[in-house]
Amino acid sequence: MTTVVPVEKKVLHENQRIAGELRKRFEEQHVLCLNLISAPGSGKTTLLEKTLNCFQKNEKVALLTGDLQTENDARRLAVYGFPVQQIVTGSVCHLDGKMIERALEKWELAALDLLLIENVGNLVCPSSYDLGEAAKIVLLSVTEGEDKPLKYPSIFVKSDVMVITKIDLLPYVSLNLERMKANARQVHPGIEIIELSCKTGDGLDVWLAWLERRRDSVRERLLCARS
Amino acid sequence: MHEVGIASEILRVGQIEAARRPGARLIAVSVRIGVLAGVDSDALRFAWEVLSQPTEGVAPRLDIEVVPRRNRCEVCSMEFFSDMLGEDCPACSSRNSRLLGGDELQLASVEVEE
Repeated sequence: MTTVVPVEKKVLHENQRIAGELRKRFEEQHVLCLNLISAPGSGKTTLLEKTLNCFQKNEKVALLTGDLQTENDARRLAVYGFPVQQIVTGSVCHLDGKMIERALEKWELAALDLLLIENVGNLVCPSSYDLGEAAKIVLLSVTEGEDKPLKYPSIFVKSDVMVITKIDLLPYVSLNLERMKANARQVHPGIEIIELSCKTGDGLDVWLAWLERRRDSVRERLLCARS
Repeated sequence: MHEVGIASEILRVGQIEAARRPGARLIAVSVRIGVLAGVDSDALRFAWEVLSQPTEGVAPRLDIEVVPRRNRCEVCSMEFFSDMLGEDCPACSSRNSRLLGGDELQLASVEVEE
């Protein structure tokens, strides 16, 4: 005799459970955690370098950076003096909650107020794995073409912000920038869009202001909790 | 790309659920996959075929139900289904809608032989 037994569980419920615990810890410790996602070569590490370069040395910032192989990114980011850990995934195409949990064992979370996670370069798989972050940020460079939000809608739907990178290259590519933005808004009407160039520095102030706004909201919650 | 990991997790959870009923054999696992889940059904089926082969007997079946994107219009509150890219509200033509569903990756049920 065969019987159908209802289960109704998330397939990735184990990752979801860990991500839920991480999110709770981040909130309790007033740490803003951001998950940066893009295809390889869109400029995640470069944006992080420029961001760290603008921070005061006493900022309580730490970074996790994921790649299939090499410690190159961690070496690039370590120059700025903030704690960095490379997560080498081997052949895994995304970071998952367990990897973040394990990496955080080495740090005192209470000593941080910003944790930046650079995911493995991939527009598909990282969108399925919650890391407990407050927000996902998707980067898309102008050389990648305006149709990517339509081809890979998941990550654009789940990201609070789309950062369009390498805008200094606009004169050299046949990209329709307005079309790219409209495509992102089609799949996610509320998505915020920031355009910048790490090469020229154009638009970096907009990105830093966005980051500060998110950090301010965490600081406000911390002040409320203390008073 | 990560369908092998997903398939092995479906199989693992399916086997755990089947094992709750002593002596039962896992016949099939049913999953619901949203169009925005970032999981390709064909790649998942292929991974399942490879991973689910038992040392003896018949491999369990994988039943996939693909779930459309579900939206709620922010202007008139109409709820509507669309393809993965989203559409304008069919009632008021507003472009401004919020995602309600279509990104799930849910193990719905297991079928066991007792």
